[in-house]
Amino acid sequence: MEEENITSVNEKLTSFDGDKVFSAKDVSVSYGDFVAIKNVNMDITKNKITAFIGPSGCGKSTLIRTFNRMNDLILGAKVNGTITYQGVDLYDKIVDPVQVRRRIGMVFQKPNPFPKTIKENITYGLKVNNMTDNIDDRVEKALTQAALWDEVKDDLDKNALELSGGQQQRLCIARTIAVEPDTILMDEPCSALDPVATKKIEDLMQELVKEFSILIVTHNMQQASRSSDYCAFFTTKTSDDGKRRTGELVEFNETSVMFTTPDKELTEQYISGRFG
Amino acid sequence: MSDLTINSGRKSEKALKESIFLFFLYFCVIVAIVTLMTLIYDVLSNGYNRLFGDYEIGLITKLQIDNPGDFLTTLDSRDPLKAGIGPAFAGTIWLMVIVVTATFPLGAGAAIYLQEFAPKNKLTRFLELNLTNLAGVPSVIYGLLGLAVFVRLAGFGRSVLSGGLTLTLLILPVVIVASREALKAVPDTIRQGAMALGATKFQAVFGQVVPSAIPGMVTGMVLGLSRAIGETAPLIFMGALTYVNYFPDNPLSGFTAIPIQVYNWISYPQAEWLNTSSAGIILLLGLLLSMNTLALFIRNRFEKDW
Repeated sequence: MEEENITSVNEKLTSFDGDKVFSAKDVSVSYGDFVAIKNVNMDITKNKITAFIGPSGCGKSTLIRTFNRMNDLILGAKVNGTITYQGVDLYDKIVDPVQVRRRIGMVFQKPNPFPKTIKENITYGLKVNNMTDNIDDRVEKALTQAALWDEVKDDLDKNALELSGGQQQRLCIARTIAVEPDTILMDEPCSALDPVATKKIEDLMQELVKEFSILIVTHNMQQASRSSDYCAFFTTKTSDDGKRRTGELVEFNETSVMFTTPDKELTEQYISGRFG
Repeated sequence: MSDLTINSGRKSEKALKESIFLFFLYFCVIVAIVTLMTLIYDVLSNGYNRLFGDYEIGLITKLQIDNPGDFLTTLDSRDPLKAGIGPAFAGTIWLMVIVVTATFPLGAGAAIYLQEFAPKNKLTRFLELNLTNLAGVPSVIYGLLGLAVFVRLAGFGRSVLSGGLTLTLLILPVVIVASREALKAVPDTIRQGAMALGATKFQAVFGQVVPSAIPGMVTGMVLGLSRAIGETAPLIFMGALTYVNYFPDNPLSGFTAIPIQVYNWISYPQAEWLNTSSAGIILLLGLLLSMNTLALFIRNRFEKDW
């Protein structure tokens, strides 16, 4: 019975053909007593780039981690409300978080290549996902897609830690797309990189979005306005006694609208640099 | 100009204090090194000829030995110039093999469980606390434990197997603590990176975290082992023999080890025994030094800069 359910869930995850990949309803995330972000309602569109912006501590990173259940790894983190991915409730009991992460890849703030060769960084994900056929082709494809192939094709056996920060981050993107997810979450992927490396990642995102849906958390307003199609602005609200700060979604809009004629005054203030 | 004079006056006073303190620090280092050097010199001058033969330098004792190299392979004897360390050397090698075989899986397993998988609850904290306590228990207590558990209860007798397992218990806490440190040094981003690719916790730990921590774990293991082979008390307590005139040929053989043999020889009255035991100490020191060098080499060769 349970097995049947899981199979049907996996089928649903792969066969979905709608326009909305994620749908968040009344989502709140708390760590113990501390509510990091609450009452988020949003739909994420397929094959678009959606950017999360807002001041530090507004729960952007926390929220993005609930989308592939990375928050499960943090002790005491609790998600309320529902997040559906391609029509499946991600927090349903029968959903296996490992399966979720296989479909929804993640790139982190600080480049975190494995301390192994460039090739092994890609093949590790392939191995844990039993994608061991045509390994060399898959490695080349992933590195090409991540715009790194030409720079490393002759040193595939070099240790990944010897690459520059920007190259390391593109390697992390390459290993993420090598396992063929549908969606890529990026948690401030450029915050540790210089402008040149940042530009490369942004160009890369424009290529990747043809094939993947992308969610990106960023502190960089220009980055959000340059590269995203949709934009969500979060802020923190201090409780009445002034002791607790909770993040909430202020505005979710098309990026072109958000950066010209936002609906909310708070958004305009933040974007024009008058607060935050 | 006057400011400069004032400054330099203060400076020289400060410099004096600093140099006195520095001198004190040098003194501490020198005391430690001189002690060690004196010990090594004493042992070398007494034992060098017994081990390496006709060689004269400074105060080194001159002995008439027919085949000095045989010391490592020949049996013990009542004649100090003929007594060899063979059985004890073999006993120590046996112990090392048993200790490594038993400690690596147990130590690494316990460390991986405690560091990566154990739930953060009272039981885990209790285990961690006791692990630290165990590392501080006097080694002779482990001899008592070995006698009760391995020699009597498990029925292994006073064998090299019982000895090896006793020493395993002795160094396990140290090895576990060192291995946990090695695992702790692997950044969390590596675990998250692996799991974000769809690896299970198990795959992340054994595919990425443990391989990155292996050099540190091996270093801890080697240092633990070098402590084990220098131990005498627990082995004597659990009933290792002092006079062995055969080579242990299976895990259940009776045995002796280098430190026990040295201790035994030094207690004889004839002066030549001093040379014989010094030769034994040189062998033991050589073993310890090469193992510590190995540990140092592994650490430097594989150390990662995250």
